[in-house]
Amino acid sequence: MPVVSKVTCPVCGSLCDDIEVVVKNNVITDVKNACAVGAAKFLDYSNRKNVKPLVRKNGKLVEVSLSEAVRKSAKILADAVYPIMYGWSSTSCEAIRVGLELAEEVGAVIDNTTTVCHGPSILSVKDVGIASSTLGQLRHRADLIIYWGCNPWSAHPRHVERYTAFSDGRFQKSTWRAYISRLGGALSKKRLRRAINLILRRDAFATPEVTHEIPYTMFQKKRKMVLIDIRRTHSADAADYFLQVEPNKDYELLQAFRMLVADEELEVDQVAGVPVKTLEEIADVMIGCELGIIFFGQGLTMTEGKLRNIDSAISLVRDLNQRTKFLIMPMRGHFNVTGANVVSTWQTGYPFAVDFSQGFPRYNPGETSVIDILCREETDAGLVIASDPVAHFPKKAAQNLVRKPLIVIDPQTTPTSLMADVVFSPAYVGIEAEGTAYRMDHVPLPLKKIVNPPSPCLSEAEILRRILQEVRRLRSKPN
Amino acid sequence: MPKLKVLLQTVRTIDQGTGKEHGKLSEEYQESVAICQVDPEDMKLIGMREDGNVRITTNFGSVVLRLVKSQAAPHSKIVFIPYGPWASLIMNPETHGTGMPSLKGIPAEIEPALKEKVLSVPDLLKEYYKRE
Repeated sequence: MPVVSKVTCPVCGSLCDDIEVVVKNNVITDVKNACAVGAAKFLDYSNRKNVKPLVRKNGKLVEVSLSEAVRKSAKILADAVYPIMYGWSSTSCEAIRVGLELAEEVGAVIDNTTTVCHGPSILSVKDVGIASSTLGQLRHRADLIIYWGCNPWSAHPRHVERYTAFSDGRFQKSTWRAYISRLGGALSKKRLRRAINLILRRDAFATPEVTHEIPYTMFQKKRKMVLIDIRRTHSADAADYFLQVEPNKDYELLQAFRMLVADEELEVDQVAGVPVKTLEEIADVMIGCELGIIFFGQGLTMTEGKLRNIDSAISLVRDLNQRTKFLIMPMRGHFNVTGANVVSTWQTGYPFAVDFSQGFPRYNPGETSVIDILCREETDAGLVIASDPVAHFPKKAAQNLVRKPLIVIDPQTTPTSLMADVVFSPAYVGIEAEGTAYRMDHVPLPLKKIVNPPSPCLSEAEILRRILQEVRRLRSKPN
Repeated sequence: MPKLKVLLQTVRTIDQGTGKEHGKLSEEYQESVAICQVDPEDMKLIGMREDGNVRITTNFGSVVLRLVKSQAAPHSKIVFIPYGPWASLIMNPETHGTGMPSLKGIPAEIEPALKEKVLSVPDLLKEYYKRE
């Protein structure tokens, strides 16, 4: 059976490009090297419910021809005064480029999922800059890896294996052997604790207390991984040290580290639930490393402080660079959310929340971002591509989205597509169509076409191109 | 009925990731997303066992979910719900001028709801997003 190798996985921002896919009779039958989520996507993509476009007639979605769906979509957008176009992070750069052209044509607000993940990170980077690198540099050189407010085990399952602690770099060795022995030790400790609890007639399954003791391995001259989060996720098992911070206290913790790195004293016993002695020891580990990296997730961007948390994290990295080498990188979620920012920036000057309603691009997150527009009930039509805002936007925003005419371009049946007036089922980019996507470190990678899409499924870029042509045709007609 | 004041965090889980690839109307998706992960000590405080239904209420709404014992304890008085249509019903839409709604650290109240049902995706859409 033919095996397609070096396939890029179109799931998360890690964009693993070592996937092998077995194809038989235009169907993927097996996947190698992928994580659980990647494998599920490659093996389940063919379960799509609809192939033909759908249009809502008398309250029900019914199958129509592609040209009818294109005409209906173009009319909705051309008639709208202030349409929104949202999604873009799970599609190709080529589709995003056409989408931006369409947004300019109809005077829409075009926003991508950055608005609900790392929007605050981008605002912060504009304020204070960022010291970052490619993941390849980190794989080979980073000896202190800090994951802050993120859970790579669940959201980026192969990140640790491919780019950080478990990867064998040129100058830094993998820590997976230490992880295996640590797991064995933890299991024995757990059994012993249960036995003691049974003998002492205590709850055998009682949760152990949190300790802030730092293991001696953290002070050794070798690669180390630290996880900072509000709960002990599976990612913590892979880390040499887990630091549990109280919810909404990340800003205080970051500022405390900044003071310690600047050799100032903290005149309190603890910060964010962590004893100052522990913080001092971790600050020493940070200063003592050769190359450190902070990967941060939505535990920083969504919690109290939002962009100010990121300001503080980037400032900590800047301070650390006075003493050693340190970098920082957001853990981007969707596989091409970075591409959505990049393409939007080189086309309009702004990475997300771009408003074309005045005929030129305008950007003011909080005003021109879709959640705010929807909550203010200002939009009169919507186009959603490769995203599911009805499932993921706060109720008030989602309710206002589905009250107006809605076009959805998504190969999956989602809560948003079930609420739409027009639904296109495009080819899956990275499986049924080729394209380009940007990894979280801004490295562009090709997405392969592995199998042919079912007829009449077109690529997202082609569907958008046809809608754009139809909009232009409608607008060129005399009134 | 005992009620407990908690902080609500929305999170990503690997089961949610695979569930969405199976399809958002699939049983796998509902099983992995319509859940609330609670610290075992907090389960005792509200007198609940695993797999019973609980009602979570915030200033922005209320939803019934299946209770799951947290594997990441201890995290006293903090509950976790995977992102999805159920969590979105009780989220804070306030963006504080950033464009980003407040999806973590929301004050909430949790109570047993043994006689109430967890809504399926179609029922949820019918109840909350019915088009006029």
